Amino acid sequence: MSSSVLYDAPGPKARVRNRIYTVLGSLAVLGLIAFTLYRMNVKGQLEPEVWNIFNNAGVRTSIRDGVVTTLKVFAVAGVLSLVLGLLLAVARLSEHKTVRWAATGFIELFRAIPLLITIYALWFLFLTYKNGLGVVGDNTAFWALVIGLTVYNGCVQAEVIRAGVNAVPRGQVEAAYALGLRKSQVMTMLLLPQAVRSMLPTMISQLVVTLKDTSLGYIITYSELLFAARTMASNIIVNGENPITAVVIVVGAIYVALCLALAGLATWIERRGRRAKTGIAVAAATEPSVVDGTD
Amino acid sequence: MNVLLDHLAEFREGFIGTVLLTLASGLLAMVLGVIIAGFRVSPVPPLRFFGTAWVTLFRNTPLTLLFLVAWFVVPVIFMPGLSPWAKALMALGFYTSAFVCEAVRSGISTVPLGQAEAARSIGMTFFQTLRLIILPQATRTVLPPLSSIFIALTKNSAIAGAFSVTELFGVQKLLSDQGFAIAWIFLWVALGYLVITFTISGLFRLLERRMGVAR
Amino acid sequence: MKLRKSAAAAATVAVLALAATACGGDSGNAGDKPAGGAGGKDQPKLPTYTVASGVKLDSATLKRAQKAGKIVIGAKNDQPYLGFQDTDGKRSGFDIEIAKMVAADLGFKPSQIEFKTIDSNVRETTISKGEVDLYVGTYTINDERKKQVGFAGPYFMAGADLLVRGDEKGITGPESVKGKTVCSIKGSTPLQEIKKAKYGAKTVELSKYSECVQQLLNNEVDAVTTDDAILKGYAAQRPGKLKVVGKPFTEEPYGVGMNKDDKALREAVSKAIEAHEKNGDYKKAYDATLGLSKSAYTAPPALERY
Repeated sequence: MSSSVLYDAPGPKARVRNRIYTVLGSLAVLGLIAFTLYRMNVKGQLEPEVWNIFNNAGVRTSIRDGVVTTLKVFAVAGVLSLVLGLLLAVARLSEHKTVRWAATGFIELFRAIPLLITIYALWFLFLTYKNGLGVVGDNTAFWALVIGLTVYNGCVQAEVIRAGVNAVPRGQVEAAYALGLRKSQVMTMLLLPQAVRSMLPTMISQLVVTLKDTSLGYIITYSELLFAARTMASNIIVNGENPITAVVIVVGAIYVALCLALAGLATWIERRGRRAKTGIAVAAATEPSVVDGTD
Repeated sequence: MNVLLDHLAEFREGFIGTVLLTLASGLLAMVLGVIIAGFRVSPVPPLRFFGTAWVTLFRNTPLTLLFLVAWFVVPVIFMPGLSPWAKALMALGFYTSAFVCEAVRSGISTVPLGQAEAARSIGMTFFQTLRLIILPQATRTVLPPLSSIFIALTKNSAIAGAFSVTELFGVQKLLSDQGFAIAWIFLWVALGYLVITFTISGLFRLLERRMGVAR
Repeated sequence: MKLRKSAAAAATVAVLALAATACGGDSGNAGDKPAGGAGGKDQPKLPTYTVASGVKLDSATLKRAQKAGKIVIGAKNDQPYLGFQDTDGKRSGFDIEIAKMVAADLGFKPSQIEFKTIDSNVRETTISKGEVDLYVGTYTINDERKKQVGFAGPYFMAGADLLVRGDEKGITGPESVKGKTVCSIKGSTPLQEIKKAKYGAKTVELSKYSECVQQLLNNEVDAVTTDDAILKGYAAQRPGKLKVVGKPFTEEPYGVGMNKDDKALREAVSKAIEAHEKNGDYKKAYDATLGLSKSAYTAPPALERY
C-alpha cells in the first residue's frame, strides 16, 4: 500500500485504537445510509410505483437512447481530442517560434472559455454555413458538441502530454541526438511514447471528464442521457410528484458505472502496455501537472 | 457593443457573482479536499472507504446532476430551506473537492519516502506527519493541477446560473430572452471569463515561483 | 489488483444497466395516469383538419419544406396541455394543435410534420438559421424578438399569473407576494415583472417550469409565476394539490415564429389561424387541451398583421 509510509505498522495499542475507530467509522457510514433510506421511505421515495417507472418501455428506450448518444459523442470526441492533444503538444514544444506561439495561444484561449460557449458558438457557425459543410451540415448539433469537446479537451490533453514530455530525462534526448536521430524521430520514437505512458492516468481522468461533459449538449438541445433524464423527471408524474430522486439515482449510477468502466478499461490497457515492455520501468512524471476538472 | 453598454449593471453583477461563487466554493473544496485526502491515506479502513466512495461518487457524476440533487433530493431527504446560493456552494464545493483530493493525494506520493520515515522515527503521529511534514512539501507539486482545477471551477460555476444564482453565464440567458443577438452577448461573457481565468493562472504562476525559491 | 477487480465489477454493472434498459418493459405511459394531452371517453375530442392540396406560395421556407416532403416545427415538450411529450414520444397540447392546423392549411398531413423540441434560449437562432420552419411554443410576440424573427398571430392571449399550493390562503394575487418566494424561469418576463419593487417578492430562478412546480410541492417556494396557460396545465395535472390564483398581471400574446423575411409565409399562417378560428376548430382544439384544465375559454385575440 502506498500510504503505509505515513504510519508505522500498528502495535497492540494502536491496533485496538484502530479497531475502535473502525467500528465507530463503520457505524457512522452505516448510520448515514440508514438515515437516508429512512427519510426516503418517509417521503414516499421508496414506494414501488415510483420505481416502477423504469419498467416502462418508453422510459427504458429513452434511457437506452440517452446512453447510446452519450457514448457515440464521447467515442468520437475522445479519439479526436487525443489526436488534437498530441498535435498541439508537439506544436507547443516546437523549435519554431511562430508554431509554438500559435499553439500556446490556442491552448490558453480555449482552455479559458467555458465549453458551453464554445459549443454554442460552433453550432451557430455550423448552422450559418451548413450547406457548405457536407457531413457536418447534416448533423450540426452532434458535430458542434463533438468539435467543442475535442477543442477543449484536446487543449487540456496537450498540456498533460507536454508535462509528460518534459519529465523524460534530458540525457535520453541527448543520447538519441548523439545516435543521429532526427528531431521528428526523437519526438515520435522517444518522447511521446514515454510521455503518454507516464501520463496515462491523468489522460484517462480527462477522458472521464469528456464523457461527463457530453451532458453540456443540452445548451444546443442535443438529447443525450442527462437531457433525457431531465425530460423524464419533469414529464412523468407518480403519486402527484415528479420522480426526480429516482431518476437522479438511476442516471447517476449509470454515469458512475460508465466512468468506472472507462477507467477500468484504461488501467487494463496500461497494464498490458507495461507487461509488453521489457526492462526499465517508466519514470513517473515529476510534475503531475494539469488535472481534470470539467467545464 | 450596445448590449454591453446598455446592460453594464447586469454584466457587472454577473461578473461579481461568478468571482464570489468561485472563491467561496474553491475554499470549501480546498478544505474538504485536504480532509478527504487525509482520509484516503489514513490507517483506519472505514475512513479510507469513505474517502474512496466520496471521490468515486463526486468525480464521476456530471455537475448538473449534483445540482439536481442539491435542489430536489437534499431538501426532501435532509434539510429543507437552504438558499440557492448555499445549494450551489455545496454542489460546486463537493464536486471540486474530489478533484482537489486526488491532486493532493498525488502530491503526497511525490514527497520522498525518507521524509515520512524520518518523521515517524522522531515519534510523530500520523496526523503530525501529515500536517507538519508531508502536506507543506506536497503543496509545490500540487499547485499546477490546482490551478487547472480552479480554472475549471470558474467555468463550472456557469451551471449554477441555471439554478437561481446570479453569475456571468446567466446574463446570456437573461438578455437572450429579451431577444438580443446571442453572439454579441457570448463574446462579452467569454471575455469576462478570460479575465477571471487568466487572473487565476497568473496568481498560481506567481505562487509557484515563490514556493520554488523556498524549497 | 484491487483496482482491476473493482473496474471489472463496474463494467459488469454498466453492462447490466444497459441490458436492463435494452429489453422491453411495459408499454403505455409511465406514472399513474396519462399526464397531459387528451384521452378518455367523455372528454372532448380533438378536431381533425382538412389538408389543403396544391398550395403555392412565394415562400422560400415553404418551397424547401415541400421539396423535403415534410415541415419541421419547433415546440416545447414539458408543458402539459400546451406542448407536451409523453414517455412514448407522443406529442399533445394546444400549441401542437395550432401547429397541426397551420400545417394542414399549408398542405402537410400530421404524419408529414416533424416536431423538434426547441428550448427557449435557442428559439431565435434555430428559427433564423432555418433549423425549424415554424415555431409554436408559448412564444410571446415582442419588439426585440421581431428584429430577429417574424411572427404570425397572436393566436392566444396569455398573461402572467401565480400558481400556488392548494391550501394556500395568503397569496391572492400579485399584490400579496411581498416577502414570499416566487419561482420562475431565469430571464422570463413575468419574473422581471414580479421582481419590481411594487410587488417586492423574493425570487428563485430555475431553467424548467416543472422544476419550479416541484419546488412548490416541496414547500421550498411559495408560488410559481409564468403565463397562466402554462400554469393551468400544471394545476390540472395535480388537481387539488395546486391552483392558479387567476389574476393575470401582464399580457403575453402568443405568436407562431418563422423566418423574418418570409412575408408570404407569415401571411399564409395568419390566414390559416384566422380560418380555423372562424370554422370552430380553434375552440374544439382548446376544449380538448387547455380546456381540460378547467380554465374558461376566451375568444382568440385579433390578429396583428404587419
